[in-house]
Amino acid sequence: MSGYWFALALCLVLVVSLIQLLRRRRIREKYVALWIVVALAVIVLGAFPDLISGLARLVGVQVPSNLVFSVALLFLLIVCVQLSVAVSALEERTRTLTEEVALLRAEQTADDQPDETPDPADA
Amino acid sequence: MTIEPSAVDLDSRTAVGPEAEGGSAPSGADGRLLVIIPAWNEEETLPDVIAEVRRTGPQWDILVVNDCSRDQTSVLAHRAGVTVLDLPINLGVGGAMRAGYKYAQRHGYDYTVQLDADGQHDPAAIPDLLAAAGAGSNIVIGARFAGKGDYRARGPRQWSMRFLAAILSRLTGVKLTDTTSGFKLCDRRAIGLFAVDYPAEYLGDTLEALVIAHRAGLSVAQAPVAMRPRAGGSPSHSPLKAAVFLGRAFFALLIALSRPTRRLARSIP
Repeated sequence: MSGYWFALALCLVLVVSLIQLLRRRRIREKYVALWIVVALAVIVLGAFPDLISGLARLVGVQVPSNLVFSVALLFLLIVCVQLSVAVSALEERTRTLTEEVALLRAEQTADDQPDETPDPADA
Repeated sequence: MTIEPSAVDLDSRTAVGPEAEGGSAPSGADGRLLVIIPAWNEEETLPDVIAEVRRTGPQWDILVVNDCSRDQTSVLAHRAGVTVLDLPINLGVGGAMRAGYKYAQRHGYDYTVQLDADGQHDPAAIPDLLAAAGAGSNIVIGARFAGKGDYRARGPRQWSMRFLAAILSRLTGVKLTDTTSGFKLCDRRAIGLFAVDYPAEYLGDTLEALVIAHRAGLSVAQAPVAMRPRAGGSPSHSPLKAAVFLGRAFFALLIALSRPTRRLARSIP
Protein backbone atom coordinates (compact mmCIF):
# COMPACT_ATOMS: atom_id res chain seq x y z
CA MET A 1 0.00 0.00 0.00
CA SER A 2 2.84 2.39 0.82
CA GLY A 3 4.33 1.87 -2.66
CA TYR A 4 1.06 3.07 -4.10
CA TRP A 5 1.15 6.39 -2.30
CA PHE A 6 4.85 6.75 -3.05
CA ALA A 7 4.23 6.45 -6.81
CA LEU A 8 1.33 8.85 -6.63
CA ALA A 9 3.41 11.39 -4.71
CA LEU A 10 6.17 11.19 -7.34
CA CYS A 11 3.68 11.96 -10.08
CA LEU A 12 2.37 14.94 -8.19
CA VAL A 13 5.90 16.25 -7.67
CA LEU A 14 6.48 15.94 -11.40
CA VAL A 15 3.34 17.89 -12.30
CA VAL A 16 4.03 20.62 -9.75
CA SER A 17 7.63 21.09 -10.86
CA LEU A 18 6.56 21.27 -14.50
CA ILE A 19 4.03 23.93 -13.74
CA GLN A 20 6.65 25.75 -11.75
CA LEU A 21 9.06 25.70 -14.69
CA LEU A 22 6.31 26.97 -16.91
CA ARG A 23 5.43 29.77 -14.52
CA ARG A 24 9.03 30.92 -14.43
CA ARG A 25 9.18 30.79 -18.21
CA ARG A 26 11.97 28.23 -18.23
CA ILE A 27 10.01 26.05 -20.66
CA ARG A 28 7.71 27.25 -23.36
CA GLU A 29 4.22 25.92 -23.07
CA LYS A 30 4.31 24.05 -26.35
CA TYR A 31 6.92 21.79 -24.79
CA VAL A 32 5.44 21.60 -21.32
CA ALA A 33 1.98 20.58 -22.53
CA LEU A 34 3.29 17.21 -23.58
CA TRP A 35 4.85 16.52 -20.22
CA ILE A 36 1.79 17.59 -18.30
CA VAL A 37 -0.30 15.18 -20.33
CA VAL A 38 2.19 12.43 -19.50
CA ALA A 39 2.20 13.31 -15.82
CA LEU A 40 -1.59 13.34 -15.67
CA ALA A 41 -1.75 10.00 -17.42
CA VAL A 42 0.72 8.57 -14.93
CA ILE A 43 -1.34 9.90 -12.04
CA VAL A 44 -4.51 8.37 -13.39
CA LEU A 45 -2.82 5.03 -14.03
CA GLY A 46 -1.12 5.17 -10.64
CA ALA A 47 -4.37 5.86 -8.88
CA PHE A 48 -6.22 3.12 -10.72
CA PRO A 49 -3.75 0.30 -11.44
CA ASP A 50 -6.59 -1.90 -12.68
CA LEU A 51 -6.73 0.22 -15.80
CA ILE A 52 -3.28 -0.98 -16.82
CA SER A 53 -4.11 -4.62 -16.14
CA GLY A 54 -7.16 -4.30 -18.32
CA LEU A 55 -5.22 -2.58 -21.04
CA ALA A 56 -2.48 -5.20 -20.93
CA ARG A 57 -5.01 -7.99 -21.30
CA LEU A 58 -6.58 -6.12 -24.20
CA VAL A 59 -3.36 -5.85 -26.22
CA GLY A 60 -2.06 -9.24 -25.15
CA VAL A 61 0.77 -8.33 -22.82
CA GLN A 62 1.10 -10.86 -20.00
CA VAL A 63 2.81 -8.72 -17.36
CA PRO A 64 1.08 -5.32 -17.09
CA SER A 65 4.23 -3.50 -15.98
CA ASN A 66 5.95 -4.54 -19.22
CA LEU A 67 3.30 -2.65 -21.12
CA VAL A 68 4.08 0.45 -19.09
CA PHE A 69 7.81 0.03 -19.69
CA SER A 70 7.59 -0.48 -23.42
CA VAL A 71 5.18 2.40 -23.92
CA ALA A 72 7.41 4.64 -21.80
CA LEU A 73 10.53 3.63 -23.75
CA LEU A 74 8.87 4.26 -27.06
CA PHE A 75 7.59 7.58 -25.89
CA LEU A 76 11.01 8.72 -24.66
CA LEU A 77 12.59 7.60 -27.92
CA ILE A 78 10.16 9.67 -29.93
CA VAL A 79 10.77 12.69 -27.72
CA CYS A 80 14.55 12.32 -28.18
CA VAL A 81 14.27 12.15 -31.93
CA GLN A 82 11.96 15.12 -31.92
CA LEU A 83 14.46 17.09 -29.88
CA SER A 84 17.23 16.20 -32.35
CA VAL A 85 15.07 17.55 -35.13
CA ALA A 86 14.43 20.72 -33.16
CA VAL A 87 18.15 21.17 -32.45
CA SER A 88 18.97 20.75 -36.13
CA ALA A 89 16.44 23.40 -37.02
CA LEU A 90 17.96 25.70 -34.41
CA GLU A 91 21.43 25.12 -35.82
CA GLU A 92 20.22 26.07 -39.27
CA ARG A 93 18.71 29.22 -37.80
CA THR A 94 21.88 30.23 -35.97
CA ARG A 95 23.80 29.54 -39.16
CA THR A 96 21.60 31.88 -41.13
CA LEU A 97 21.79 34.52 -38.44
CA THR A 98 25.56 34.17 -38.26
CA GLU A 99 25.77 34.76 -42.00
CA GLU A 100 23.54 37.79 -41.79
CA VAL A 101 25.53 39.30 -38.92
CA ALA A 102 28.77 38.85 -40.86
CA LEU A 103 27.25 40.34 -44.00
CA LEU A 104 25.88 43.31 -42.09
CA ARG A 105 29.21 43.94 -40.41
CA ALA A 106 31.00 43.87 -43.75
CA GLU A 107 28.45 46.26 -45.18
CA GLN A 108 28.97 48.58 -42.25
CA THR A 109 32.74 48.71 -42.68
CA ALA A 110 32.25 49.27 -46.39
CA ASP A 111 30.01 52.21 -45.57
CA ASP A 112 32.33 53.61 -42.95
CA GLN A 113 35.53 53.51 -44.86
CA PRO A 114 34.80 56.17 -47.49
CA ASP A 115 34.07 58.55 -44.62
CA GLU A 116 37.42 57.92 -43.00
CA THR A 117 39.53 58.89 -45.97
CA PRO A 118 38.48 62.52 -46.48
CA ASP A 119 39.30 63.38 -42.91
CA PRO A 120 39.78 67.17 -43.02
CA ALA A 121 36.32 67.76 -44.41
CA ASP A 122 34.71 66.00 -41.46
CA ALA A 123 36.46 67.84 -38.65
CA MET B 1 41.13 46.81 -55.12
CA THR B 2 41.29 49.69 -52.72
CA ILE B 3 38.14 51.41 -51.69
CA GLU B 4 37.61 54.55 -53.64
CA PRO B 5 36.23 57.63 -51.95
CA SER B 6 33.27 57.38 -54.21
CA ALA B 7 30.04 59.28 -54.06
CA VAL B 8 27.88 56.24 -54.26
CA ASP B 9 26.68 55.67 -50.72
CA LEU B 10 23.11 56.68 -51.12
CA ASP B 11 21.91 54.50 -53.93
CA SER B 12 21.53 50.79 -53.60
CA ARG B 13 24.52 49.36 -51.90
CA THR B 14 24.02 45.93 -53.41
CA ALA B 15 24.72 47.33 -56.82
CA VAL B 16 27.77 49.14 -55.61
CA GLY B 17 29.66 46.56 -53.66
CA PRO B 18 32.36 47.31 -51.19
CA GLU B 19 34.97 47.71 -53.84
CA ALA B 20 33.22 49.68 -56.49
CA GLU B 21 35.43 49.42 -59.47
CA GLY B 22 34.51 52.76 -60.99
CA GLY B 23 34.84 51.18 -64.40
CA SER B 24 38.61 51.39 -64.23
CA ALA B 25 39.83 47.83 -64.25
CA PRO B 26 38.28 45.77 -66.97
CA SER B 27 37.25 42.66 -65.09
CA GLY B 28 37.81 39.15 -66.40
CA ALA B 29 37.06 38.19 -69.93
CA ASP B 30 33.36 37.84 -69.24
CA GLY B 31 32.23 39.26 -65.96
CA ARG B 32 33.08 40.12 -62.38
CA LEU B 33 34.81 37.47 -60.41
CA LEU B 34 35.02 37.12 -56.65
CA VAL B 35 37.71 35.00 -55.05
CA ILE B 36 36.31 33.62 -51.80
CA ILE B 37 38.89 32.56 -49.26
CA PRO B 38 37.46 30.71 -46.26
CA ALA B 39 39.96 31.07 -43.45
CA TRP B 40 40.16 29.54 -40.02
CA ASN B 41 43.32 30.33 -38.06
CA GLU B 42 45.37 30.91 -41.20
CA GLU B 43 47.39 33.94 -40.16
CA GLU B 44 50.64 32.42 -41.41
CA THR B 45 49.63 31.83 -45.00
CA LEU B 46 46.73 34.19 -45.64
CA PRO B 47 48.64 37.42 -46.42
CA ASP B 48 50.77 35.62 -49.01
CA VAL B 49 47.72 34.05 -50.59
CA ILE B 50 45.98 37.42 -50.85
CA ALA B 51 49.09 39.01 -52.34
CA GLU B 52 49.41 36.21 -54.85
CA VAL B 53 45.79 36.50 -55.95
CA ARG B 54 46.28 40.23 -56.46
CA ARG B 55 49.38 39.67 -58.54
CA THR B 56 47.67 37.07 -60.67
CA GLY B 57 44.41 38.85 -61.24
CA PRO B 58 44.32 42.50 -60.18
CA GLN B 59 40.80 42.78 -61.60
CA TRP B 60 39.35 40.14 -59.28
CA ASP B 61 37.72 41.04 -56.00
CA ILE B 62 38.73 39.14 -52.90
CA LEU B 63 36.51 38.12 -50.01
CA VAL B 64 37.98 36.51 -46.91
CA VAL B 65 35.45 34.67 -44.79
CA ASN B 66 36.98 34.53 -41.34
CA ASP B 67 35.41 31.53 -39.67
CA CYS B 68 35.73 32.79 -36.10
CA SER B 69 39.52 32.46 -35.99
CA ARG B 70 41.29 32.89 -32.70
CA ASP B 71 44.46 34.26 -34.25
CA GLN B 72 45.24 37.35 -36.31
CA THR B 73 43.50 36.11 -39.46
CA SER B 74 40.84 38.79 -39.39
CA VAL B 75 43.22 41.62 -38.55
CA LEU B 76 45.61 40.66 -41.32
CA ALA B 77 42.81 40.36 -43.83
CA HIS B 78 41.43 43.79 -42.90
CA ARG B 79 44.92 45.22 -43.09
CA ALA B 80 45.35 43.77 -46.56
CA GLY B 81 42.36 45.84 -47.60
CA VAL B 82 40.15 43.02 -48.82
CA THR B 83 36.52 42.60 -47.86
CA VAL B 84 36.16 40.44 -44.79
CA LEU B 85 33.17 38.54 -43.49
CA ASP B 86 33.77 37.92 -39.80
CA LEU B 87 31.56 35.05 -38.72
CA PRO B 88 30.74 35.43 -35.02
CA ILE B 89 30.32 31.65 -34.70
CA ASN B 90 32.54 28.97 -36.19
CA LEU B 91 30.55 27.30 -38.97
CA GLY B 92 33.09 25.16 -40.80
CA VAL B 93 34.14 25.42 -44.42
CA GLY B 94 30.65 24.79 -45.78
CA GLY B 95 29.15 27.40 -43.50
CA ALA B 96 31.80 29.94 -44.39
CA MET B 97 31.30 29.29 -48.08
CA ARG B 98 27.55 29.71 -47.96
CA ALA B 99 28.07 33.09 -46.32
CA GLY B 100 30.48 33.88 -49.15
CA TYR B 101 27.99 32.81 -51.80
CA LYS B 102 25.33 34.99 -50.16
CA TYR B 103 27.71 37.91 -50.36
CA ALA B 104 28.49 37.18 -54.01
CA GLN B 105 24.82 36.88 -54.85
CA ARG B 106 23.86 40.13 -53.15
CA HIS B 107 26.65 41.99 -54.85
CA GLY B 108 25.86 40.60 -58.24
CA TYR B 109 29.03 38.73 -59.04
CA ASP B 110 29.13 36.62 -62.18
CA TYR B 111 31.66 34.11 -60.89
CA THR B 112 33.12 32.97 -57.62
CA VAL B 113 36.20 30.88 -57.04
CA GLN B 114 36.81 29.17 -53.75
CA LEU B 115 40.47 29.35 -52.83
CA ASP B 116 41.98 27.75 -49.75
CA ALA B 117 43.82 30.06 -47.37
CA ASP B 118 46.64 27.57 -46.90
CA GLY B 119 48.12 28.23 -50.30
CA GLN B 120 47.25 24.83 -51.69
CA HIS B 121 45.35 26.29 -54.62
CA ASP B 122 47.25 28.20 -57.27
CA PRO B 123 45.37 31.32 -58.40
CA ALA B 124 47.18 31.08 -61.71
CA ALA B 125 44.77 28.25 -62.56
CA ILE B 126 41.71 30.50 -62.26
CA PRO B 127 41.77 31.54 -65.95
CA ASP B 128 41.64 27.84 -66.84
CA LEU B 129 38.54 27.45 -64.68
CA LEU B 130 37.00 30.53 -66.27
CA ALA B 131 37.67 29.14 -69.72
CA ALA B 132 35.92 25.91 -68.81
CA ALA B 133 32.97 27.88 -67.45
CA GLY B 134 32.86 29.87 -70.66
CA ALA B 135 32.42 26.59 -72.47
CA GLY B 136 29.05 26.29 -70.77
CA SER B 137 29.47 24.78 -67.33
CA ASN B 138 27.90 26.13 -64.18
CA ILE B 139 30.50 24.66 -61.88
CA VAL B 140 34.12 23.95 -62.69
CA ILE B 141 36.22 21.90 -60.31
CA GLY B 142 39.95 22.50 -60.23
CA ALA B 143 40.93 18.87 -60.17
CA ARG B 144 44.02 16.97 -59.22
CA PHE B 145 44.82 13.62 -60.81
CA ALA B 146 43.76 14.98 -64.17
CA GLY B 147 47.12 15.21 -65.86
CA LYS B 148 48.56 18.34 -64.32
CA GLY B 149 50.69 18.45 -61.24
CA ASP B 150 52.43 15.68 -59.41
CA TYR B 151 50.23 15.43 -56.37
CA ARG B 152 49.49 11.80 -55.70
CA ALA B 153 47.39 10.27 -53.02
CA ARG B 154 48.50 6.82 -52.10
CA GLY B 155 47.06 3.63 -50.79
CA PRO B 156 43.57 3.40 -49.33
CA ARG B 157 42.98 7.10 -49.55
CA GLN B 158 43.64 7.03 -53.27
CA TRP B 159 41.28 4.11 -53.75
CA SER B 160 38.49 5.80 -51.87
CA MET B 161 38.95 9.04 -53.79
CA ARG B 162 38.84 7.11 -57.05
CA PHE B 163 35.77 5.27 -55.94
CA LEU B 164 33.94 8.49 -55.04
CA ALA B 165 35.05 10.06 -58.30
CA ALA B 166 33.67 7.09 -60.22
CA ILE B 167 30.29 7.35 -58.53
CA LEU B 168 29.97 11.08 -59.12
CA SER B 169 31.23 10.81 -62.69
CA ARG B 170 28.48 8.34 -63.37
CA LEU B 171 25.91 10.54 -61.76
CA THR B 172 26.86 13.72 -63.54
CA GLY B 173 27.80 12.11 -66.82
CA VAL B 174 31.13 13.94 -66.84
CA LYS B 175 34.46 12.41 -66.04
CA LEU B 176 35.52 13.77 -62.66
CA THR B 177 38.79 12.78 -61.06
CA ASP B 178 38.78 14.87 -57.91
CA THR B 179 35.43 15.25 -56.24
CA THR B 180 36.77 16.37 -52.88
CA SER B 181 38.63 19.36 -54.26
CA GLY B 182 37.64 22.66 -52.72
CA PHE B 183 39.02 24.63 -55.65
CA LYS B 184 35.76 25.40 -57.42
CA LEU B 185 34.39 28.03 -59.74
CA CYS B 186 30.67 28.80 -59.74
CA ASP B 187 28.67 30.91 -62.13
CA ARG B 188 25.57 32.93 -61.33
CA ARG B 189 23.20 30.00 -61.27
CA ALA B 190 25.45 27.99 -59.00
CA ILE B 191 25.97 30.99 -56.73
CA GLY B 192 22.21 31.42 -56.45
CA LEU B 193 21.78 27.78 -55.55
CA PHE B 194 24.66 27.58 -53.08
CA ALA B 195 23.67 30.83 -51.37
CA VAL B 196 20.60 28.95 -50.19
CA ASP B 197 21.60 25.33 -50.05
CA TYR B 198 25.18 24.52 -49.16
CA PRO B 199 25.79 21.83 -46.57
CA ALA B 200 27.96 22.62 -43.58
CA GLU B 201 28.63 19.00 -42.69
CA TYR B 202 31.86 17.11 -43.22
CA LEU B 203 32.38 16.61 -46.97
CA GLY B 204 29.05 18.32 -47.51
CA ASP B 205 30.74 21.25 -49.18
CA THR B 206 32.37 19.03 -51.79
CA LEU B 207 30.58 15.76 -52.45
CA GLU B 208 27.08 16.68 -51.40
CA ALA B 209 27.29 20.10 -53.02
CA LEU B 210 27.98 18.40 -56.34
CA VAL B 211 24.97 16.18 -55.90
CA ILE B 212 22.81 19.17 -55.02
CA ALA B 213 24.06 21.05 -58.07
CA HIS B 214 23.47 18.12 -60.36
CA ARG B 215 19.97 17.66 -59.03
CA ALA B 216 19.22 21.33 -59.55
CA GLY B 217 20.08 20.86 -63.19
CA LEU B 218 23.46 22.55 -63.15
CA SER B 219 26.29 21.23 -65.26
CA VAL B 220 29.60 20.30 -63.70
CA ALA B 221 32.97 20.20 -65.40
CA GLN B 222 36.55 19.98 -64.29
CA ALA B 223 39.77 21.62 -65.29
CA PRO B 224 43.08 19.97 -64.49
CA VAL B 225 45.16 21.95 -62.01
CA ALA B 226 48.38 21.43 -60.16
CA MET B 227 48.03 21.63 -56.41
CA ARG B 228 50.79 22.58 -54.12
CA PRO B 229 51.51 20.84 -50.88
CA ARG B 230 49.83 22.43 -47.94
CA ALA B 231 51.98 24.88 -46.07
CA GLY B 232 51.39 23.09 -42.81
CA GLY B 233 50.39 19.55 -41.90
CA SER B 234 50.33 16.62 -44.21
CA PRO B 235 47.43 14.52 -45.44
CA SER B 236 47.36 11.32 -43.53
CA HIS B 237 47.84 8.00 -45.19
CA SER B 238 46.91 5.74 -42.34
CA PRO B 239 44.54 2.99 -43.46
CA LEU B 240 42.26 3.52 -40.50
CA LYS B 241 41.77 7.19 -41.26
CA ALA B 242 41.23 6.37 -44.90
CA ALA B 243 38.56 3.88 -43.92
CA VAL B 244 36.84 6.42 -41.73
CA PHE B 245 37.06 8.95 -44.54
CA LEU B 246 35.53 6.56 -47.02
CA GLY B 247 32.81 5.56 -44.61
CA ARG B 248 31.80 9.12 -43.90
CA ALA B 249 32.04 10.09 -47.55
CA PHE B 250 29.94 7.16 -48.60
CA PHE B 251 27.38 7.92 -45.95
CA ALA B 252 27.24 11.58 -46.97
CA LEU B 253 26.80 10.58 -50.58
CA LEU B 254 24.10 8.08 -49.78
CA ILE B 255 22.12 10.61 -47.78
CA ALA B 256 22.60 13.25 -50.45
CA LEU B 257 21.37 10.95 -53.17
CA SER B 258 18.35 9.74 -51.26
CA ARG B 259 17.26 13.20 -50.20
CA PRO B 260 14.08 14.54 -51.64
CA THR B 261 14.90 17.22 -54.17
CA ARG B 262 14.38 20.59 -52.66
CA ARG B 263 12.37 23.11 -54.53
CA LEU B 264 14.69 25.28 -56.49
CA ALA B 265 15.52 28.65 -55.07
CA ARG B 266 13.38 31.26 -56.70
CA SER B 267 16.29 33.61 -56.96
CA ILE B 268 17.98 31.57 -59.65
CA PRO B 269 17.56 33.43 -62.91
